[in-house]
Amino acid sequence: MALLDVRSISKSFGAIRALSDVSFSVDAGEVVGLMGDNGAGKSTMVKLIAGNFPPTEGAIVVDGKTCHFHRPVEARAEGIEVVYQELALADNLTAAENVFLGREIKKGFWPFRILDKQSMIERAGELFAELKSETRPRDLVKKMSGGQRQAVAIARARLSNAKLVLMDEPTAAISVRQVAEVLELIRRLKSRGVSVMLISHRMPDVFSVCDRIIVLRRGSKVADKETATTSPEQITGLITGAIREA
Amino acid sequence: MKPSSAKVIEETHAAISDVVSIREQTTFQRLVANQAIWVAAALLALVIFMTWLEPSFGTTDNVTNITRNFAPLAIMSLGMTVVIITGGIDLSVGSVMGLVAIVTGLLLTWHHSWYVAFAAGLLAGLACGAFNGFFVAYVGMPSFVVTLGMLSIARSLAVVLSGNQMLYQFGPDAPIVRAIGQAKWPLHAPAGWAPRWIPELSSHFWVMLILAFILGAVFIFTAWARHLYALGSNENAARLTGVSVDWIKFQAYLFSSFTASIASLLLLGYSGSAINAMGTGYELRVIAGTVIGGANLMGGYGTAFGAVIGSAFLEVIRNALLMAGIDSNWQGAFVGMFIVIAVLLGMQTSGTSLLAAIREWIVWKRS
Repeated sequence: MALLDVRSISKSFGAIRALSDVSFSVDAGEVVGLMGDNGAGKSTMVKLIAGNFPPTEGAIVVDGKTCHFHRPVEARAEGIEVVYQELALADNLTAAENVFLGREIKKGFWPFRILDKQSMIERAGELFAELKSETRPRDLVKKMSGGQRQAVAIARARLSNAKLVLMDEPTAAISVRQVAEVLELIRRLKSRGVSVMLISHRMPDVFSVCDRIIVLRRGSKVADKETATTSPEQITGLITGAIREA
Repeated sequence: MKPSSAKVIEETHAAISDVVSIREQTTFQRLVANQAIWVAAALLALVIFMTWLEPSFGTTDNVTNITRNFAPLAIMSLGMTVVIITGGIDLSVGSVMGLVAIVTGLLLTWHHSWYVAFAAGLLAGLACGAFNGFFVAYVGMPSFVVTLGMLSIARSLAVVLSGNQMLYQFGPDAPIVRAIGQAKWPLHAPAGWAPRWIPELSSHFWVMLILAFILGAVFIFTAWARHLYALGSNENAARLTGVSVDWIKFQAYLFSSFTASIASLLLLGYSGSAINAMGTGYELRVIAGTVIGGANLMGGYGTAFGAVIGSAFLEVIRNALLMAGIDSNWQGAFVGMFIVIAVLLGMQTSGTSLLAAIREWIVWKRS
């Protein structure tokens, strides 16, 4: 059974039809690339799965359970975490503080419930070690590289034992070396049995980590292919519309 | 072969981290980077200089005066710090003081007990804070506009309610009210045990100290403060991670009005009268103290210690100018200059700050 099953989903914003009748599934431990040109419906798809708003038609089934998400918290409760393009990190806090933001470990008793900083730093350190990232829990996020920031964001997802991590353009604005670091992070997640949906414009990245590639064009799914059976040329054709469907 | 190649990878990793990553800050570096520490040092230097220059400055009586004068401002700075950390501003605190004083004064004049009057004043203050908080946090209006509106509303209400009269005939509980505002501890002989060299510290100062310690502990130890700092730096991120942004913002404005109410009640007790002009212009002095103490107007940074030190610094400057016999009309110029200098020192938002330059120089020297 698939971990995530998207069943003939449509989404309209007033007169604009952002997605029409899209179906696909993601298995546990699978890395799926979601590609498409600007305005193809990628972001809408991500927001639907992340629970920002419900679909107009169709259903999202997580682990065999039909879900109606209205808020991101509900999706998170089902094990779906999003690593946003504009990384959702607070610059003025440390890596560990960001990992635990909104779910701090506390000790003591009310009204003296205080933060258990040591446990959080240790746990964050373990997560970074698991991701083999050169990130230290006490460092301020402000001073980190793009790759390290991704590691912090992914550690957040790991902390909650997410089953599916959605990554929106994680390699868009970072250096080549950091891209390699992020791709490595994705492979680590996969090796831990976590599914990843990678939303990206960068063909080489998608081809190097994804098991399967889904292409959206003008709100419809035009391809859903194993990476091994396709080529960057074909995918480019599908994205631009030079190839109608595959 | 395998173990050795793994080892090579480990080593290159270590080498990379040496080159690219930043070192964790030492305690010393963190102190150097802290604007409040620099202001505290400047304050200390100023106090030593003035004591040497002007013998009447260092007397215990003058210490009593200075600590009492800046305490209400520091109390309000604590509230302002919380608001400024959210990236907002509260311009209404001075007017809220006036309204609280008049509401409390009226109830005292009508011969209600002091605790009823104080509770009513506090409620009036909190209502103003709730108004600010509601429109900023839940409606999403700019804090500048909403609190500017409240600045006008609260002052106007104070004038209307008081009938533009000064209230001073406080009924049976007047001595208690005055005792609260004028209390000192420890007392000199013959009333108390304290030797002459210990200054008698006002109730204002002690209230400020207690509030500062509580807020400081909250900032360091609670998840609430962590969320406050997070939303001040990246509101969207805080929201996405499930932090109740609106509720925390609302509480920030409520707390700011609460501190203004407390300051108002203390001043009311001290003077034994209520005037609707109480706190006029205080908002700017409070914001100045908060900013000099290192709070970042763009949000995301501020400390309880900084709020207290910044306010103390302003008052000591004011007092020192008076003691040095400089025309009091010059105070504004000095205070204004220090605000600019303080922000120049901190400059957490853009540009190269003096502090950052010094910090880099020290780090470079040490490595």
